[in-house]
Amino acid sequence: MEKITTHTGVGVPLRRSNVDTDQIIPAVYLKRVTRTGFEDALFAAWRGDEDFILNQPAYTHGSVLVAGPDFGTGSSREHAVWALKDYGFKVVLASRFADIFRGNSGKQGLVAGVVSQENIELLWKLLETEPGKEITVSLEDRTVTCGELTVPFEIDDYVRWRLMEGLDDIGLTLQNEQAITDFEATRGSWRPTTLPAKTEPKVEIEAARPVQ
Amino acid sequence: MGTTLAEKLWSSHLVHEGEDGAPDLIYIDLHMCHEVTSPQAFEGLRLAGRQVRRPDLTIATEDHNTPTLDIDKPIADLTSRTQIDTLRKNAEEFGIRIHSLGDADQGVVHVVGPQLGLTMPGMTVVCGDSHTSTHGAFGALAFGIGTSEVEHVLATQTLPLKAFKTMAINVDGELPEGTTAKDIILAVIAKIGTGGGQGYVLEYRGEAIRSLSMEARMTICNMSIEAGARAGLIAPDETTFEYVKGRPHAPEGADWDEAVEYWKTLVTDEDATFDAEVNLNAADLEPFVTWGTNPGQGLPLSATVPNPDDIADADEREAAINALKYMGLTPGTPFKEIPIDTVFLGSCTNGRIEDLRAAAAIIQGRTKAPNTRFLVVPGSARVRLQAEAEGLDQVFIDFGAEWRNAGCSMCLGMNPDQLAPQERSASTSNRNFEGRQGKGGRTHLVSPLVAAATAVRGTLSSPADLEGADVLVGASA
Repeated sequence: MEKITTHTGVGVPLRRSNVDTDQIIPAVYLKRVTRTGFEDALFAAWRGDEDFILNQPAYTHGSVLVAGPDFGTGSSREHAVWALKDYGFKVVLASRFADIFRGNSGKQGLVAGVVSQENIELLWKLLETEPGKEITVSLEDRTVTCGELTVPFEIDDYVRWRLMEGLDDIGLTLQNEQAITDFEATRGSWRPTTLPAKTEPKVEIEAARPVQ
Repeated sequence: MGTTLAEKLWSSHLVHEGEDGAPDLIYIDLHMCHEVTSPQAFEGLRLAGRQVRRPDLTIATEDHNTPTLDIDKPIADLTSRTQIDTLRKNAEEFGIRIHSLGDADQGVVHVVGPQLGLTMPGMTVVCGDSHTSTHGAFGALAFGIGTSEVEHVLATQTLPLKAFKTMAINVDGELPEGTTAKDIILAVIAKIGTGGGQGYVLEYRGEAIRSLSMEARMTICNMSIEAGARAGLIAPDETTFEYVKGRPHAPEGADWDEAVEYWKTLVTDEDATFDAEVNLNAADLEPFVTWGTNPGQGLPLSATVPNPDDIADADEREAAINALKYMGLTPGTPFKEIPIDTVFLGSCTNGRIEDLRAAAAIIQGRTKAPNTRFLVVPGSARVRLQAEAEGLDQVFIDFGAEWRNAGCSMCLGMNPDQLAPQERSASTSNRNFEGRQGKGGRTHLVSPLVAAATAVRGTLSSPADLEGADVLVGASA
C-alpha cells in the first residue's frame, strides 16, 4: 500500500447527503472479477448528466471529494472505494461516513476524513466560487487547507498510522499467528465446521421457465 | 457491572487485544462467500502466495447474479457467468465447499447458512455482504465485510476490529394482526434514521421480539444495516434452540447439551447498560411502506405521501424533495392509491418459507390485479422445494404469479430480474435506493402480507383492505 502523509489536489463539492454505495457504483458493475479499472463505474447513474459535478471540466480531474453527510451508506461493496480510487480520488471528506465504507477506505489507502458539516459548507462555497481550486489534506496535522481556510478533520488514530506507514492488514495480523493457533485449540467441539459437508438429501431442482 | 450480549460475544472471540489504539483481533467461526465480493479476495491470496487458513469454516454459494429462469442453460450474461465460473474455480483451487446453481442447497447466502444449521448462537459470522446481520437473529455476532476483509478472513480466520457501541431496541407490546416483523424494522429505521445505528450493534429486546419466530427475527436483524448499524442481535431462547435442533450441522448428543448450556448464558445481564436505548410499542404499529429512496423514508401505509415542506431539518427536506422527484410521487397522495407495476416477493429479508406461506394465504382464492406482475423468488432452492411440497407453488401460479428459482434476483437487479425505468415495485426486499432494482426503477419496501394484498388490488394495500378480509388469519412473517 502506498504511503500517504499529505495530498494536494482539486476539490470536488458533491452537495448531496446519503450518497449510498449503489450511487457510488451501481450493482451492475460488480460483476467484474479484477481489482482495477472501475473508474468508468463511479457515480455511473449521474455521469450521463452534463450538469453533474464531475462532468464540469474544472472538476473532472478532482482528487479530493467533499461530500454531504452519511456518505457510503448501504451495501458493503468495496468496489465503491476502488471506483473512487481508480477515478483518481485520494481523499473523501464528509461530516459522517457509513462504518463499512470508512473501514474499507482505510484498508485501501483512501483517506476518509470527518469534517464538521459547518466546515464542509465553507469548503463547498470556496470550491464552487472558484472551480478547480486545490485542497491540501495533511494526515500529519489532520487538517484540510483550501486557500486561506484551514479546518481540522478526524480520522481514527490507527487508520491514520497505517495510511502514513502504508501497512498491509494481513501481514500485521500474521504477526499474531501463534495467538490464533492457541485460540483455535480452545474452541468448543459443538462449533460447526462446513467440512465434511452435511445436507438434507440431494433433490433435483426443476428449472423455472418464462411465463408466456 | 454486567455485560451485554454483544460484549459477551466479543470477549469470547478475542484472540489478541489491541494496544495503543490498534484494533482487537477477533476470531471468525463461519465465513460465507458468494460470487460478487470474493473474486478479488482470492486474487489477493494468489498474488501474495497465501492459502485459506480454515476451509472447514468457509462455505460458498451462488446467489447475487444467478438467473431465476432456465437455470439448466448456460448463463446468458457473460459477466455474470464469469463471476460464477470464477467462484467455482476458486472454490476448487482453495478446497472450499460450494453450493452451485442447480444444487438443492444453493440460494441466498443468508438463507442457506441458517437452514444448513451452520448459523448458531454464540458464533461470529461474516460474509462480504452487508445483510450478514441476518444471522444475528440467533444470538451470533454477524456482520458484513468488504473484499479486503474477505481476503483477511480467508488468510487468517480473524479480523482486526474496533469494539462497537451497544444499543438496545426495546419493542414491547403485541403486534396487531396483519402487522409483521418487517413493519417493526421499517418503523425502527424510520424512527432512528439510516445513520441512527452507526457504530452500534443493536440488540432487539422485549415481548414483541420474544414472540417472533426465528424467520421473523431474521427479517428484523437483516435490516439492521439499513439503520446504519454494523450488526443486529437477538438473545437466543427456546425458539432458537428448537430451530437449530436437527438441522444438518446442528451439534448432536453431548455436544448439543454442552452447546445449549452455553447458549443459555448468552443474554444481556440484568445490570448491564447499553450506550443507547430506543423504545417502541408494537401495539402502535401498522403495516409500513417506504415512500422515498432510503429505507428510513417510511410511513404507515394508511398515511399519505409526505410534504417536504413539513420537514424541519434542511438536509432531510432536500433528501425528501429529491426522493419524491425520483419516485414520481405527489405530496398528499394516499399510499393506497399508488398503482404498482411489479410485486417482488423474495430476498434475504423476506424470502423464507414463512414469508411464502403468509403471502400464499392472502392470495389463495383471489385474483391478481390485471396490470400488476407478481414475481415470487424463494430465498433458497430448499425453500422452493418446501413450498412445492406444501403446494404453495400452485397457489402462486394459479393466482398468476411467476414462480422462480432461488437467488437474490430483483432485490438488487444483478440478474435479468430488473425494473424498467419508472416502473414501480412493492418489494419485500431491503433497499429502495435509486436504481437498486433496475435503472430508474421505483421501489416501495413492504412486508410479504402487504406485497400479497398489493398484488390483489394493484395498488399499495394491506390485507385488511381486501374483500372478505375478516376471515384472514394473522400470519407470522
